[in-house]
Amino acid sequence: MDQQHVVIILPHPDDEAFGCSGTILEYRKNNIPVTYLCGTLGEMGRNMGSPFFANRETLPEIRKKELQDACKALDIDLQMLGYRDKTLEFEDRGEVAEHLKSILEDIQPSLVITFYPGHAVHPDHDAMGAAAIKAVERMDPDHRPEVWAKAITHNRHEMLGEPDVVNDVKDQFEDKMKVIEAHRSQAEGMLSKFRNSPEFGDMDSEGMKMLRYEEFYKWDFNS
Amino acid sequence: MERIEIDGVQEALERFAHKDVYIHLETTNGAYARHFDSNAYNVGAFIRNAQVRYTQAKIVGHESYRIGLKTENGWIYAEGLTDWEIDKHDRLLMAGHDVEGRLMVSLEISETPFD
Ligand SMILES: [Zn+2]
Repeated sequence: MDQQHVVIILPHPDDEAFGCSGTILEYRKNNIPVTYLCGTLGEMGRNMGSPFFANRETLPEIRKKELQDACKALDIDLQMLGYRDKTLEFEDRGEVAEHLKSILEDIQPSLVITFYPGHAVHPDHDAMGAAAIKAVERMDPDHRPEVWAKAITHNRHEMLGEPDVVNDVKDQFEDKMKVIEAHRSQAEGMLSKFRNSPEFGDMDSEGMKMLRYEEFYKWDFNS
Repeated sequence: MERIEIDGVQEALERFAHKDVYIHLETTNGAYARHFDSNAYNVGAFIRNAQVRYTQAKIVGHESYRIGLKTENGWIYAEGLTDWEIDKHDRLLMAGHDVEGRLMVSLEISETPFD
């Protein structure tokens, strides 16, 4: 918990909620500033609701509002980077890295949390993680923040070994659920199923474990 | 959006004919299809703000619809459309959704570029 400033770099509104909101909440309880650099507005999301609450053209505004609500619940600063959902991997990686580096040099964080490239399932996740790591790599080694990378592939433990950081966020769980629920367009269907399932509330069930234990791999810049 | 009403859509399609219009065309089964089912494949295609001029447009089907636009040099086609609306910017938005409200395909036509 000895961080000065934590920067989260993830591509979609809701990535922070599922993957690391418990960890963020803990930092905020300790008064450590956290800034979220959110890559896109999830413009290509597929959930339009039943009945519909969105269409392809209204979804970005809805998700932007949800993102702002989630950041309020997390009590963190938000910077929207303005890329477009599903196109990040086609951007020039060096340009995205420079963009991120300029922000990081400004904030001077002690820790960056992002996705583990190649182990993040969605192409935007992989691309955002790769650009974030490149950005930190390009920083002056004496002022580089630590990087914690989030892997979500099924085979991550076989491929990467045990994660370096495993945060049990049990004490933040209620607040973490509130952050997830702020992303109504994404969470509604999934959460209602989950809440009605017998495993909800059983802290040792598989579904709950995914949300309860937030895993990270520390990036090694020397290897 | 509302369930497609074939005459309303046909009329709207014709309003955009013989004009330079912007097209959004997309089909997707989501970025996680393979993550949740190792036998599945992620497939999708997306084009936004393609500028075209079509000379003929037709909607065909019932419950789920196909739309073909004949352009000066070729064709634009979408299948599986179920819902439509004319939005507040006078754009014709059409999409196909599954029972859970997830978008599977969309075709949109506008006289001004999409954001
Ligand atoms: Zn995501």
